[in-house]
Amino acid sequence: MSEHFDAIVVGAGPAGNAAAYTLAKGGLNVLQIERGETPGSKNVQGAILYSDALERIIPDFREDAPLERPVLEQRLWVLDEASYIGSTFRSEEFKSGPPNRYTIIRAEFDRWFSEKVREAGALVICETTVTGLLRDDAGKVIGVQTDRMGGDVYADVVVLADGVNSLVAKRAGFHGELQPKDVALAVKEVLFLAPDVIEQRFNIGEDEGVVIEMMGKITQGMIGTGFLYTNRESLTIGVGCMLSSFREGGIPPYQLLEDMKNHPAIRPLLRGAEGKEYAAHLIPEGGYKAVPQLYGEGWVMVGDAGGLVNAVHREGSNLAMTSGRLAAETIIDLKEHRRVMSARNLGEYKRRLDASFVMSDLKKYKHVPDVLHASPHLFTTYPELMSRAAKHMLHVDGADKKSKQRQISQEFREERGMLGMLTDAYKMWRALR
Amino acid sequence: MSTNTATPVKIEEKLFQNRYRVDEGHPHISVRDSSVCRDACQDKACTFCCPAGCYAPDASGGVTLSVDGCLECGTCRIICAEHQNVEWWYPRGGYGILFKFG
Ligand SMILES: Cc1cc2nc3c(=O)[nH]c(=O)nc-3n(C[C@H](O)[C@H](O)[C@H](O)COP(=O)(O)OP(=O)(O)OC[C@H]3O[C@@H](n4cnc5c(N)ncnc54)[C@H](O)[C@@H]3O)c2cc1C
Ligand code: SF4
Repeated sequence: MSEHFDAIVVGAGPAGNAAAYTLAKGGLNVLQIERGETPGSKNVQGAILYSDALERIIPDFREDAPLERPVLEQRLWVLDEASYIGSTFRSEEFKSGPPNRYTIIRAEFDRWFSEKVREAGALVICETTVTGLLRDDAGKVIGVQTDRMGGDVYADVVVLADGVNSLVAKRAGFHGELQPKDVALAVKEVLFLAPDVIEQRFNIGEDEGVVIEMMGKITQGMIGTGFLYTNRESLTIGVGCMLSSFREGGIPPYQLLEDMKNHPAIRPLLRGAEGKEYAAHLIPEGGYKAVPQLYGEGWVMVGDAGGLVNAVHREGSNLAMTSGRLAAETIIDLKEHRRVMSARNLGEYKRRLDASFVMSDLKKYKHVPDVLHASPHLFTTYPELMSRAAKHMLHVDGADKKSKQRQISQEFREERGMLGMLTDAYKMWRALR
Repeated sequence: MSTNTATPVKIEEKLFQNRYRVDEGHPHISVRDSSVCRDACQDKACTFCCPAGCYAPDASGGVTLSVDGCLECGTCRIICAEHQNVEWWYPRGGYGILFKFG
């Protein structure tokens, strides 16, 4: 394979596929390398697809992309041991235009996207792991090494889209190891259930979906959240917490997930469903402050490899696709103007990223990780107090509402103290504003 | 705090649902120096953080690793940051976990 390409893309997740597709459409000679048996066979997601990012790459993706259900309803549940308090947002207006969000099955979606990359003209090789970068005497990246026989390949530029465990970049010294406080571990299961049962249980129609985000006691004191999504003929249930929390909490991730499935508010929704897969994956949640250098001599980094995940809104694949597209567009422009793939010229990618929602959203929430780590009680005390308050108000027992309210605020104050509550509120407000 | 851990789960039952192509004789993860696990590591976080239960405490006070059910998440590598005692690499191209749904 001692061929020379305009660009090599490492990885066939949303970031790599967006980059390879855009590069190939732009007329470049592209090689994409994926270690999985097929694109998607190594990848895990919740999964919600935000259509805008994909629409900017493949406008008519709805015609044949494997989409599960458009999201009609979003629920947020705060749970304690035996109860939950929740909010629901549902709008029929979601049905008037093209849907903005869908549930998807990542293995199927990635395979479809990869097919589009091939159709656009890129050469895609699977079952091949990139083991290192080739560099010239000056240190400029000029290609990749793979675990195939004679597997060195050369290119003007390498796009690193190898996901959260970006070992290629780490081996090359482009960034250090992830820290347990900057990364979440998520475990999830896919449970099969007949579509009509799903529709009845979740109060939705044939082409409608519900997503439920959960926090509170289900993470058993750890910093994290749970989720339950409806697919066409399956449910996805999972929970993710910071790795530093798992270390302190001492509860194995699969046990946490099993306990969550047995919560009295969740168990009835899963009844009769058959487990078909159990998966785990990391999510780089360090935010803005944890984003490494994203370009250098002959290389750029996109997607999870660069830590581009908005943990507050659970968005990642759209940031991945957008960064992949912006990197590709930068490379195409450089190529057209016959400019070299130097760090200086590739810096244009970072400028475009800074000008997009990707960096602007990450910047907006740059203090959130610190606040969460400093205030783990946000995940324990408040959910408990909230549901206790609700229970108290709803329990009709002859006591008047005013004294009930007084008792509730008394409890809040006892648990956290007036100053503590004000500080929490202030810190959260500052971090989220 | 672990309030409703009333249903202990067997990880094997969960892993049983998954599809793997095992690279016989080529484990992709290994422990660099077993004496570090035994003598220097206090909490042995790998034994309770690995989502596939690949690490188990052994009788001599160390840990044993069996990578067959590995989900390739990367947790063990990162959780061992203090001792950096986990040699972690991807399985050869095409081997390892093969997610049907992901
Ligand atoms: C449980 C969970 C739920 C999530 N939910 C959502 C959600 O609802 N919505 C959302 O937008 N985002 C969500 N995310 C985040 C989202 O999944 C990621 O941000 C996104 O997948 C990142 O895309 P990527 O292409 O950068 O990386 P990946 O999707 O991880 O792709 C990396 C690719 O590179 C390949 N690779 C790695 N190393 C090599 C190598 N050396 N050689 C060859 N190939 C290699 C891998 O096999 C893989 O195919 C979730 C993540 C998790 C874990
Ligand atoms: S990579 Fe993940 S699943 Fe595999 S052994 Fe390490 S922690 Fe366990």
